[in-house]
Amino acid sequence: MKKFRKIVSVAMASALVLALAGCGGNKGGSDVFKIGGIGPTTGGAAIYGINVMNGVQLAVDEINAAGGVNGFQLELNFQDDEHDAEKSINAYNTVKDWGAQMIIGCVTTNPCIAVSENTHADNMMMLTPSASAVKCTQYDNAFQVCFSDPNQGAASAQYIGENNLAQKVAVIYDSSDVYSSGIYESFSKGAENQSFEIVAAEAFTADNKTDFSVQLQKAKDAGADLVFLPIYYQESALILTQANSMGYAPKWFSCDGMDGILGVENFDTSLAEGVMLLTPFAADSKDEASQKFTNAYRAAYNDTPNQFAADGYDAVYILAEAIRQSGAKPSMSVSEIGDALKAAMPQISVDGVTGAGMTWLSTGEVNKSPMAVVIKNGEYSAM
Amino acid sequence: MSKTLRSNIITVGLVFIAYIGAQILIATGSISSLMKGLLVPLCVYAILAVSLNLTVGILGELSLGHAGFMCIGAFSSAFFSKCMKMFVPDMPGALRFFLALVIGAALAGLFGILIGIPVLRLKGDYLAIVTLAFGEIIKNIINILYLGIDEEGVHFSLKSSLDLNMADSEKIIINGAMGITGTPNDSNFTIGVVLLILTLIIVLNLIHSRDGRAIMSIRDNTIAAESVGIPVTRYKLMAFSISAALAGVAGVLYAHNLSTLTALPKNFGYNMSIMILVFVVLGGMGNIRGSMIAAVILTLLPELLRGVVSDYRMLIYAIILIVMMLFNWAPKCIEWRKKATASVKARLQKKSAAKEVE
Repeated sequence: MKKFRKIVSVAMASALVLALAGCGGNKGGSDVFKIGGIGPTTGGAAIYGINVMNGVQLAVDEINAAGGVNGFQLELNFQDDEHDAEKSINAYNTVKDWGAQMIIGCVTTNPCIAVSENTHADNMMMLTPSASAVKCTQYDNAFQVCFSDPNQGAASAQYIGENNLAQKVAVIYDSSDVYSSGIYESFSKGAENQSFEIVAAEAFTADNKTDFSVQLQKAKDAGADLVFLPIYYQESALILTQANSMGYAPKWFSCDGMDGILGVENFDTSLAEGVMLLTPFAADSKDEASQKFTNAYRAAYNDTPNQFAADGYDAVYILAEAIRQSGAKPSMSVSEIGDALKAAMPQISVDGVTGAGMTWLSTGEVNKSPMAVVIKNGEYSAM
Repeated sequence: MSKTLRSNIITVGLVFIAYIGAQILIATGSISSLMKGLLVPLCVYAILAVSLNLTVGILGELSLGHAGFMCIGAFSSAFFSKCMKMFVPDMPGALRFFLALVIGAALAGLFGILIGIPVLRLKGDYLAIVTLAFGEIIKNIINILYLGIDEEGVHFSLKSSLDLNMADSEKIIINGAMGITGTPNDSNFTIGVVLLILTLIIVLNLIHSRDGRAIMSIRDNTIAAESVGIPVTRYKLMAFSISAALAGVAGVLYAHNLSTLTALPKNFGYNMSIMILVFVVLGGMGNIRGSMIAAVILTLLPELLRGVVSDYRMLIYAIILIVMMLFNWAPKCIEWRKKATASVKARLQKKSAAKEVE
């Protein structure tokens, strides 16, 4: 037995050394652009990661079918980060070993901040489809496709104020979620110089997001005539249902996370009538680019795309445009491509499904106008 | 050389050999960046497994909140390091990390004592229940904690970062669910290995000391231990607080390896505590070397599977876990392994005997 243990120990140790040696990876020298993708495809945030992955894959296939970028094909390797900063570093290192020359990712905020530290060290171009915190683009090699949190919150406050939608506003937000609390903070900052007043700000956390009667009662007692929901559609659906059963019918206003509410199972979509949201993308909009994308996505994945899929889809076209503008070649080193794309980003303008005429500041923030839509007769329509 | 000393040297030697091997691979450039990035996490999880083994294997109490102690170590040390980075920027990184380490370990140990004083007086599964709750409470408190420091002093809130009333939002240190961002990356593989070896020396020495024998006697028979005059609560408290402090050390290492630190269910929640327990159970309760090796294998496995079966890797991981558990601990399997090794041994002996005859 003792000898067996010894043998096992030696075997384990040698296996470890072998594992550490791993594969060296092949870098550059080929004639395809290698794009690494990072996002959660398993775990609680998987719905966002999978949507981005599908959107990215769709765009890569389209571009390749149309002859590639400057004659070079694109290749995608999408790795799972489980919405965990530590795992996202592993995912990044995996695509780096594979030979990635630019990154589309990460999908969620905290992994994105962690990875940006590494991409900055490698000077690798990084374009995040949906990580919205300002910290994600703190380095010059990182750019965003989606609005940053302050942008969304301030735009919502401005929209409500300028269109005189309400006098008293309540906010229900998820304090354990970076996206939600980020928007809430900038919303309440933006509300200071608007005509309305925030009468209630009620939080919930990821651990108890099934019963919202307390928050709704407080909003009702405070006399709020509009409730702002900077949260995702799953919780929003519950809030709308519970508000209906307690006979509370304020106006509802939300951000891009609300997109998808019409697809929630067992949800009475008539409750969502009149819900207003600021979103860069709506799957049912009549806009030609969105329609084309939605149909292609439905055909490929048998599913309705949400804004994450649209962000991922646009991210590939944005990178393609930046490559065209800069004349980067796959034979260049990662850092050279990074420099070339970094310089090209502020010069390009892209018409995508999440906005027309998108341009970028050199800080990484995107410049596009949010679209206000209202749900009417079970469909999104522009306001 | 005594048997225990030899076994201890093998355990520490294994770590040392792995370290040298990894350093050679790094120097020759034949290591992939994935593996390079995994080196520090491997040390973190090995330390966690060894420290939990002290509670579960040696003391015989079940702790389901080990991630909570890790969380305390991680956040207190990251808080300290970020403050130092902001206000004493020219402090050398090594000194900063050392102080952060002391703070993280001390605070985690302190919480271990606080929890242990009432709970370790009880018999039964109470420690498991209380530590389970403790881990969740710590995670949730950190998620609503807002703390910032500027010229006017310390700002503190449990509501939102706006309630801090700070002019410069850059100076917010703990930002609720956002956690701490911008912790200096002070840890590296060498520090990780040194800490792992230190942990091993502390735990192995404790086990083979007079105190360690007292602790194990409590595990084996509390009444007998009490009857020979062993202060049960004191020894239980000692083992548990050392275990908590070592988990704090792992937390410090974890926090200084990433630039962003958040208390998600994934990294500091119940699942993480169970994960550490799995390392211990798979490696063998009370078997320090085994738990360390199990931690390394189970951390490496899902990452190595990335290249082979990307979509199904978590599924395969679970299956491999079950197979390994059966192979290691199922009675039939142990019997079969014994038989197999005996027959191999017999064959070898026969061969060497045959050689001698020749």
